[in-house]
Amino acid sequence: MADATNLFRTCPRTGLQWHKPSESLIKANAVAAVVSLLIGGVLAVIMVLTRWQAVHLVGAEDFYMYLTAHGLAMLAYWIIFFEIAVLYFASSTLLKSRLATPRWGWAAFALMVLGVVVNLVAVFRGDSTVMFTSYVPLPANPMFYLGLILFAVGALIGCFIFLGTLVIAKAENTYEGSIPLVTFGALTAAIIAIFTIASGAIILIPTFLWSVGYIKSIDPLMYRTIWWGFGHSSQQINVAAHVAIWYAIAAIVFGAKPMSERVSRAAFLLYILFLQLASAHHLLSDPGLSTEWKVFNTSYAMYLAVLASMIHGLTVPGAIEVAQREKGFTKGLFEWLRKAPWGNPVFSGMILSLVGFGFLGGISGVMMGTEQLNMLIHNTIYVPGHFHATVVIGTTLAFMAVTYFLIPTLFKREVMMPGLAKWQPYLFGIGMMVFSLAMMGAGTLGVPRRHWDITFAGAALPYEFPGAAWLMLGIVGVSGLVAIVGGGIYILITVGSIFLGKPIDVPGYSTERGVLKMPVSAALTGHGHAGFAAPGTFVVALVFLGSFILYYFVNWKYLSTVWGLS
Amino acid sequence: MSAIQPPAQRIWWKQPLDKVELVWILIAFTWCLVMFFMMPYWHVYGKQNLSAETYRTTPDAFAKKAQEVVDKYTVRTETDEKVPVVRPPAGGDVYLIARLWAWWPILELEKGKTYRLHLTAMDYQHGFSLQPENINVQVLPGYEHVMTVTPNRSGTYAIVCNEFCGIGHHKMVSKLYVVDK
Repeated sequence: MADATNLFRTCPRTGLQWHKPSESLIKANAVAAVVSLLIGGVLAVIMVLTRWQAVHLVGAEDFYMYLTAHGLAMLAYWIIFFEIAVLYFASSTLLKSRLATPRWGWAAFALMVLGVVVNLVAVFRGDSTVMFTSYVPLPANPMFYLGLILFAVGALIGCFIFLGTLVIAKAENTYEGSIPLVTFGALTAAIIAIFTIASGAIILIPTFLWSVGYIKSIDPLMYRTIWWGFGHSSQQINVAAHVAIWYAIAAIVFGAKPMSERVSRAAFLLYILFLQLASAHHLLSDPGLSTEWKVFNTSYAMYLAVLASMIHGLTVPGAIEVAQREKGFTKGLFEWLRKAPWGNPVFSGMILSLVGFGFLGGISGVMMGTEQLNMLIHNTIYVPGHFHATVVIGTTLAFMAVTYFLIPTLFKREVMMPGLAKWQPYLFGIGMMVFSLAMMGAGTLGVPRRHWDITFAGAALPYEFPGAAWLMLGIVGVSGLVAIVGGGIYILITVGSIFLGKPIDVPGYSTERGVLKMPVSAALTGHGHAGFAAPGTFVVALVFLGSFILYYFVNWKYLSTVWGLS
Repeated sequence: MSAIQPPAQRIWWKQPLDKVELVWILIAFTWCLVMFFMMPYWHVYGKQNLSAETYRTTPDAFAKKAQEVVDKYTVRTETDEKVPVVRPPAGGDVYLIARLWAWWPILELEKGKTYRLHLTAMDYQHGFSLQPENINVQVLPGYEHVMTVTPNRSGTYAIVCNEFCGIGHHKMVSKLYVVDK
């Protein structure tokens, strides 16, 4: 009897070995992710066309309902389904191992799908318009919380299947030496995910009980404190996952080797140790927490999670630079970059993701995470400006980029419309960069987030925002539409290729399997360059630091001009 | 030879660092320390720090205190709703209530004078957003947040709600006046 749990195939192009049950699960999760992205994307059209004040498409009630659904579809469903696929890939495929308990994998998948359905039904009934954050005491239908809990339980099972697969791979000696860096990054993501989901359970289960009337009240500050242990930690999963994908793409496209395993792995560890910095910065403008609590818990006195991202921001392009220089692109500081495959969406998506995440998402995030500066932007549209740079440019674009690599090797199909695919990352990435910047601009002018009408129609004492704010929201509208077209092309190409793409003839499944060998290497040294191994990357990093310092102090200067507060 | 394979050396943690990485880590770490020290520095030398003074309260208790101030210091009313405009003495306590979907009362403060501003929400969470100054503070039900504020420019300001609080959220906006002596 052909037992599927022992069947493997090796992709002739990439050399990746796919375990049959794992392959099916990765496909299912990836497809569910893309479907979620489609739902979120359609809602995004309504969002940008409503916040574009001159268009103002839908009414207030619909706007807030769709905004709730948009946040959930994008921040939770699209990303977490994709991350589960990444976890299975990084364990089973990269380690040439069988996946642990595929049946539990399907149970997890079913729970997640059920959770999505229950949650979205609650939202679209119209009685759960509470936004992604569902701050108490704003009430939602109990199904809203129940759906989220089911989804989270499914994702949690997925994390444990990943850990189980690592154990199996170790026990069955499917690889030599240590796990690859990308798997290490995925492990970081999984550890953070387990913490995150636990936080979510700790707050969402009582909130569910409150919504059915079993618990009398939930303290709003307690809710915010624990909820953000879930709400922002989940973004740290994204960061760990997309940084792992950056390394993977550098390896796939350039054969790039990490500059130093030690540095890159230590940087991943810092994400775990300094996980709570970003969660706490949501509470900087809250009453009820001491100043010392805020200052310490958003930095642990040294911002080492920021340091970790700054390290990855150097070592990923640095590794590419070293690989390119070894291929002979050594002229000047930037020949290695000029001669990079800019027409390959796997690379262009990844590099735009890296640059957008660092320059826009990173700098704005640290500004927001500074105790006093937070007051200047708290709850303004600057905040979604920031997280569209991190989650959309950073995470989503990285996921899109790696999809172009996965279609041939996982789905055994050629990527359709390669000409269009070439442009897709630029359309999406640059569209989102302008979008994020314009949102931050509007937020700096005070435009609130999650707000249907900045003309305050019907209010007795309306406020008139400056014309520049209107302009910014107009730019948000136009650039948002450009990005949505880019996202639409991604979905078109992905779905088209999977169902209609030219099939690739590959060897079938067999019970034969290889072992992941340690690469043969020379002595235990660095790259052996006398000076800097990656001077071009270092210069770009300094430009980044310069922008960072400038922007940071511009904000302090601005703060110094506002009302005295103490 | 790459990040999707095991490290080339079994004892990879002994591989020496490249200079470019080491220098960058040192620079970045220094910058991270600077960013941390800016926060305590501003608490000592800066003039814009968010107060942490907070008390537990209830809607009734807070409304009673707010009403006392309104009864004492109302100078006029505005709009059809006759929202009182309160001009408390400089240095005094002023109360601002956030509720669905209004701020109450309207405050009139004197430029350069310092006030203790008490904030709470009666029902859901709200967001105090002073425009065009762009100072933004979360307002939570059950918590009385006392901020010491010193307006430094006269004029008409707006208080916008910037935490989603239901269907009428966009109508939750009010005025705040700062007058020269």
